[in-house]
Amino acid sequence: MSNSDGNTGNLVQSPPPGGAKAQGASHQYLSFFLGGEEYATDILTVQEIKGWDTVTRVPYSPDYVLGVINLRGAIVPVVDLRVRFALEKAEFDAATVIIVVHVAGTRGNRIVGIVVDAVSDVYSVGADKIQPPPDVIGAVDHLFVVGLASLDDKLVMILDIERLILSSVLGEAQAAA
Amino acid sequence: MAVTILAVDDSASMRQMVSFTLKHAGYEVVEAADGVDALEYARSNSVSLVLTDVNMPRMDGITLVRELRQLIAYKFTPMLVLTTEAGPEKKAQGKQAGATGWLVKPFNPDKLLATIAKVL
Amino acid sequence: MDMEMEEILNLFFEESLEGLDTMESGLLTLEDGADRETINTIFRAAHSIKGGAGTFGFMEISQFTHSVETLLDEMRNGTRGITPDAIQVLLQSVDVIREMTQSAQAKTPIVMTGANALSGELARILAQKSVPAPATGQAAAPPPPNPSPAPPAAAAKRDPAPTDAAPTGPLEGWRIVFTPDTSLFKTCNDPLRIFEELTNLAPLEVTANIDAMPAFGDLDPTQCHLSWTLLLRGAIEHSRIAEVFDWVDASSKIEYEPIHGTGGSGAPVDRPIAENAKPVAPRPTPAADAHPPVSTAAKSGGEAGSLRVATEKVDALINLVGELVITQSMLGRFAEKYEPSDIEALRRSLAQLTRNTRELQESVMQIRMLPIGFSFNRFPRLVHDLSRKLGKKVELKLSGENTELDKTVLEKIGDPLVHLVRNALDHGLEAPESRVAAGKNETGTLELNAYHEGGSIIIEVKDDGAGLNKDRILAKARERGLVDSDAMLTDEAIYNLIFVAGFSTAETVSDVSGRGVGMDVVRRNINDLGGHVQIFSVKGKGSTIRIRLPLTLAILEGQVLRVGKEIYVASLVSIIETVQSTRASLSCVAGRTELFKHRTDYLPIIRLHDLFGIEPDSREISDGLLVVLEADGRRVAMLVDELLAQQQVVIKSLETNFKQVPGLAGATIHGDGTVALILDVPGLIRTFLERQGMNMGRAA
Repeated sequence: MSNSDGNTGNLVQSPPPGGAKAQGASHQYLSFFLGGEEYATDILTVQEIKGWDTVTRVPYSPDYVLGVINLRGAIVPVVDLRVRFALEKAEFDAATVIIVVHVAGTRGNRIVGIVVDAVSDVYSVGADKIQPPPDVIGAVDHLFVVGLASLDDKLVMILDIERLILSSVLGEAQAAA
Repeated sequence: MAVTILAVDDSASMRQMVSFTLKHAGYEVVEAADGVDALEYARSNSVSLVLTDVNMPRMDGITLVRELRQLIAYKFTPMLVLTTEAGPEKKAQGKQAGATGWLVKPFNPDKLLATIAKVL
Repeated sequence: MDMEMEEILNLFFEESLEGLDTMESGLLTLEDGADRETINTIFRAAHSIKGGAGTFGFMEISQFTHSVETLLDEMRNGTRGITPDAIQVLLQSVDVIREMTQSAQAKTPIVMTGANALSGELARILAQKSVPAPATGQAAAPPPPNPSPAPPAAAAKRDPAPTDAAPTGPLEGWRIVFTPDTSLFKTCNDPLRIFEELTNLAPLEVTANIDAMPAFGDLDPTQCHLSWTLLLRGAIEHSRIAEVFDWVDASSKIEYEPIHGTGGSGAPVDRPIAENAKPVAPRPTPAADAHPPVSTAAKSGGEAGSLRVATEKVDALINLVGELVITQSMLGRFAEKYEPSDIEALRRSLAQLTRNTRELQESVMQIRMLPIGFSFNRFPRLVHDLSRKLGKKVELKLSGENTELDKTVLEKIGDPLVHLVRNALDHGLEAPESRVAAGKNETGTLELNAYHEGGSIIIEVKDDGAGLNKDRILAKARERGLVDSDAMLTDEAIYNLIFVAGFSTAETVSDVSGRGVGMDVVRRNINDLGGHVQIFSVKGKGSTIRIRLPLTLAILEGQVLRVGKEIYVASLVSIIETVQSTRASLSCVAGRTELFKHRTDYLPIIRLHDLFGIEPDSREISDGLLVVLEADGRRVAMLVDELLAQQQVVIKSLETNFKQVPGLAGATIHGDGTVALILDVPGLIRTFLERQGMNMGRAA
């Protein structure tokens, strides 16, 4: 499953649930763009990638929770990470993408959509290529950054999507891994 | 050809218990919850042995045995009556109706199997 | 193997608990007059439980049930009369057996205190001779039957026990003459088998006697005309030999002659065969030390977990799915090849699809439906015990037990119903003397009815008691500050005061109905289920409490409405009506609460767009529509822009992937594929009124 360095080029669909963290050997990450910057998330958290959809607003929600959508019958909340990190808000256009992730909360598995500017690629990254995050990160709260990966001469921040979603959107603790 | 036993008891747990025991010993089992159902089944199917409880609603075990004996296919089929009552009256009734023998409840699965093996 | 055993055991527990219910309801009807079939049913249930308990190793249950069974046996064969005291003890025994069974089910130690106490009672009753009641067509034998079992097999009728008149030496064997009845074969008893068994005991010589054989031409092969002389060479106990002949002894002649050798002692000692039927799965004996009594957590297993479904329902479902598959393939063809002329056929197929889907949906909902009888069936016992305790005479009438409703609704309406029934018995129905003094029959009537109406189920609790005292209620409410002293309330509004928290006109809070659970919780539970409750009463004649509940919790009869660009769904049950307001009907109080005059009431106006932060079409109330909503006995008017369709919607939870949102009860998928939010009307009303600082009494 893992290539030696380099990218696989194709987008992966519906990996098994339960976010397994990188264990030594190579692990795959999906990278995406947010406010001009490139970030990445463990591929195992990604269920699918969707185009933009009509979102129903839900009252009493923070501004970064756009509302809910119908995902094949499931009611799925959608979070705008650009708003969450107070980045420059882009408009929603045809290229806007929703990454549907599944996270394991204390009360079970949840499916959440996150709005990003664009999806980039899937990379196989060896554990040796990941550095710990610096103290000063910038927009993203360093609590949610797992590390920095060097991919193709760039540095990409690997986000702990699970923790991010659970704490900021749902107000839950992470399930014991 | 497999040996089929017709087990009749209105208590599902007892039926399953008997079924369980018999199946693990290699017998095929047909269950009936009711004397009436058992009789229905017997009219168009034959088995190697009939095992029936006595106290059942609609048709009790002794009546069932008596009815079964009227069927040609069951004239010579061994029939065992499972009963908690071991009094001589009940035994006589059973015999009169045509029962081959009886087994006392609560039963010991080994005894059940041994008794069945004897009669088959 | 263990899984199967587990399953069989569970089945046994379920069956036993059901059997206990059967016993209980049977015993309750026995009071009114003994009926042969009822007693038999009760006996059989006890008998099954005893047998099963013994087989599965629950010896305490088996032994205790044995005495119950003995008492019932005497009653059923007419040797003992059926007295109220005996019935009471039997009812208590049912409770005890139930507790023991539940303990066994929960794998907690069985507490024997109850059983021991009752065993004593049962023994006492059994020891008393009882004059049997004139049972229907049963000749009664005056003395109670001797409970001791028949003497051991050795002394069977036809086999004379071996005489040991003059033992002459040790036993060496037996000479047995076996003359079976001609009908021996008819019971499939094969002499050969018997002989084989004898050979297991000792060497055997067999000599057949054909003297009785008829001529070949007259021979009936199904009859046994043979007899045998058997020489059994071994010092075998007589009883063991008799055991081999056990099945045939009643219809055969068996003569035993012991063969003794020279010298030595005695007669064969007949030791009764110890036939200990060992239980199938030996259970560890429960700890004898006192454990706290089994908690009611062990009660009624299977609350949330599983459903028992009638096979017909499943079959119906399978049929409908079959039809759906056919329709699907019909539609599939259009996907492959479509011409404009096919449009009619396509339309028909789609209509068919709609029908199939609807039928399938109804059928599936049916699966979760259970008859309300499951809830009603606890009441005969409850009313029986409670009326005894309160010293009141009550006749309970149940109707509509087969009316079905959703399993979850059924589970949740149970406790409220119990409270209402207790209330009716405690406060509604009067003591026999008061009733007679009022010219009523001393036995009061309590009716529980259930029936379907529209898409709901109606449950009524009716009593012909004293009815509600309006004046007293009003006075109490004024005293408690729940209503203004000068407020004018309709009768209905006054009766509804009973549902307010902390309200109770009972002088003394009896432990029966005044304990914690109040009428306010009853109403809240009903409202939370999407239903509502009304009280009707006539002083002196009685009261009726009518509950309306949705048939299912998964589907809502909803009104789709629009506020600005957003679409919401409100449950039809909470909507009274929708009206257009006129300037004249609107007013404002204290500068902030807007009121709408609806008939004789002034209803506070909820601006949903405000609450939810939506941009409405117009902020002018008279431009929009006012939806009159009701929950918890309170009414409000909600401003919306437009009413759309009324339709059934499938309720989906917001909490699965998101979280609970105040004011919302869930979400649903609208026809166009987008998500529409479902309003939590009771919640909205509650929060809104709280925020407005509204007092209970004013809204009415």
